[in-house]
Amino acid sequence: MQPTSTIDAAEVAKFEAMAAEWWNPHGKFKPLHQMNPCRLDYITSQIAAEFDRDLSAAQPFAGLRILDIGCGGGLLSEPMARLGATVVGADAAPRNIPVAQLHAKQSGLEIDYRHTTAEALAAAGEQFDVVLNMEVVEHVADPLGYLTACRELLKPGGLMVCSTLNRNAKSFAMAIVGAEWVMRWLPKGTHDWAKFITPEELYGLIRQAGLEPVDRKGMVFNPVTWSWSLSSRDLSVNYVTASVKR
Amino acid sequence: MTHDADILIAGGGLNGPALALALAQSGFTVTVVDARPAPARAEAGFDGRAYALAIASKRLLGMLGIWETVAAKSQPILQIKTSDQAGDGPAPFFLTFDHAEIEEGPMGFMLEDRHLYAAFLAAMQADPRITLLSGESVVAQEVTASGVTVTLGSGRSLAARLLIGCDGRGSGTAERAGIKRSGWGYGQTALVTAIAHEKPHHGIAHQYFMPSGPLAILPLPGNLCSIVWSESEAAAAAIQALPDAEYLAALRPRFGDFLGEISLAGTRFTYPLSLSLANSFIAPRVALVGDAAHGVHPIAGQGLNLGLRDVAALAEVLTLAARRGEDIGAPDVLERYQRWRRFDATALALGMDTVNRLFSNDNPLLRLGRDLGMGLVNAMPNLRRGFIRQAAGLTGDLPKLLQGKPI
Repeated sequence: MQPTSTIDAAEVAKFEAMAAEWWNPHGKFKPLHQMNPCRLDYITSQIAAEFDRDLSAAQPFAGLRILDIGCGGGLLSEPMARLGATVVGADAAPRNIPVAQLHAKQSGLEIDYRHTTAEALAAAGEQFDVVLNMEVVEHVADPLGYLTACRELLKPGGLMVCSTLNRNAKSFAMAIVGAEWVMRWLPKGTHDWAKFITPEELYGLIRQAGLEPVDRKGMVFNPVTWSWSLSSRDLSVNYVTASVKR
Repeated sequence: MTHDADILIAGGGLNGPALALALAQSGFTVTVVDARPAPARAEAGFDGRAYALAIASKRLLGMLGIWETVAAKSQPILQIKTSDQAGDGPAPFFLTFDHAEIEEGPMGFMLEDRHLYAAFLAAMQADPRITLLSGESVVAQEVTASGVTVTLGSGRSLAARLLIGCDGRGSGTAERAGIKRSGWGYGQTALVTAIAHEKPHHGIAHQYFMPSGPLAILPLPGNLCSIVWSESEAAAAAIQALPDAEYLAALRPRFGDFLGEISLAGTRFTYPLSLSLANSFIAPRVALVGDAAHGVHPIAGQGLNLGLRDVAALAEVLTLAARRGEDIGAPDVLERYQRWRRFDATALALGMDTVNRLFSNDNPLLRLGRDLGMGLVNAMPNLRRGFIRQAAGLTGDLPKLLQGKPI
C-alpha cells in the first residue's frame, strides 16, 4: 500500500465516491449486489465442505488463504475476510485497488489488494487454499492459460470456484439483449457472447488445466421474487463450478 | 472501529428480549437498552395482563428455550367463538373456530405478562452474549460507514454494527432515523382487566363485536379470564372512573351470564386504540421491530404475534447474512427483512382495522351484511380453517423459528 502522503485529497475524494458507488445496492453495480448472496451461498458452502468448516461458528475460514481474482470493489473479498480468511484481492484494473482498500478500511477489515493478474501471482510462486474466479473466464483472451495459472496458484487439495455464462440462444437473450440492451443493468459491450463457455467446454478446460471438477450449479434469476437462487438443473445462463487440485 | 456489541437493541419489552435471545443463539453479541429500572428477580404479582400467543409464536418461544419454563402456566385456547352481539346475548349468526379443525393442536395459548417477561429476563441473564442495561435510554444515535453509535441518557456511548428499535409505537429509534409514521386514532380505548367467574371456561375464547367496539374474553388458567373491552374514548374514561362494583355492573350485560357470577380479579388498565405504521421498517444501520414498525389495534391479540414474526424474520435474515460473511448492517441485507415483513404486517394491520370499522357500527345494513358473512364463513369449513390458520399464524412465508426449526 502506498504511503497516504503521496495520495492527494482530490484523488481520495474520487476514490470515496467510487467506493460508495461499488457498494450501493441500487447503483451501477446493482446486478452484482443482487447476485452476491447467491454467489456467496455457493462459495461458502463449497469451502465449508472442502475444508470441513462449520459456517455457524465464529470466523469459520480462519487459517485459509483466499485469492479473489477480479476483486473489483471487494464484494467477495470483504465477506471472505469477515469469515476469518486471509484474503488477497487482485484486479487488472488499477483504479479498483485504492477504492477497494478504502472500503475495507471503512469496514474495519484487513485485505491485501493488489493491481496484478493471476499469471503474475503464479509466476511469483504465490499459493492459496482457495481461488475465487468469478465472472472472469469469459473476459480473458486465453482461458486455458488462465485456468492453468489458477491451478498453479492452488496448494494441493486447494479449491477453485469458477463462475461464468453459458453460450446458447437463451444466454444471448438474457445476458446480452436483456441485461445490456433492455434492462441496462450492464453497460453495452460488457460481454462478448461468443466468448461465453458451455459447462461441458469449461469442464474440459478445467481438466486440461490439471484440476478436477467436483460440482456445478446454475444461478437462476427469479423475476417474481427479484432474487437469484442456485439450481441443480438449470445451468442455461449463469452457472458456477467447484474444482479441486488433487 | 471496535464495537461494544454486534447488535444494539433499544427497548426491553417483549420483542427486544425475544430478538436478543434469537440473535445470541446465532452467535451475535447483543446489548439491550431498557428504559425501565432494573427488574426484580422475583415474579410480579397477578395483574391480569396476558397475551394470546399464536401457535407459531409458541414455536418461536420453544426454539428460544422459553416455552418449557412457561408452558405449565399457560392456558390452551381450544375454541374461539366470534359473534356479532348488540345489546344482550349472542346474535343469531355466529362463528365458531375449533382447534379440532386444524392439525396443530390448540389454536393458541393465553399467557400472563408476568410469567412471560420473567422467563425472558432469566434467559437473558443466563446468556453470556447478552448484556441488559436497565434504567437507560438512547438519547442520540449516529450512523457511520461501518456502524452505529448511540449515546445513552447517562452519557455513556455504545457502538455496534446495527441498531434495532423495539421501542414501541412512539419509537425514538425511528424518529431519530428520520422515519415518518402514518396512522390514526380510533376514538376508542381498550379497558383491560382480569375477571374471575363461577363456571369453568373450557378453554373457549369469545370475541363479541359490538357497536361501541369489540369485547374479547380470553381464558386464563383456573376460573379466570382476561378481557379486552373496547369503548369510545369518552365512555371508556367514564367506565374506568367508576368504582369496581359499578364497573362490573357496566360489564355484566356485555359479558353475559354464560360463566355464572363474575368478579374483578386484576388491575384495571386502559389503552387508547390507534394504528401507527412506520413509513419504512429500515434506515441506514437501523431496523424496526414490533410496534415500532407497526402498532396495531389489539383485536385478536395479534400485536405480540406480529412482533414475534418480525423477530423470527430479522433473526433469520441477519444470521444467514453473517454466515455468508455479509455486513449485517448493509442496506441490501436490511432490505431483505423489510421485503419479507412489510407487506404481511401492513396487510394485517389494515385488515384488523377494516374488521374493527365494519363491526363497530350499528348501521342495520352493515349488521345484516356481516351477520350473513359470518353465517357463510361458519357454513364453509375450508374458509373457516383458513381463518383459524391465519389467526394461529400458520400462513404466509414463515421464518424458520416460527416453524419450530433452527435457522
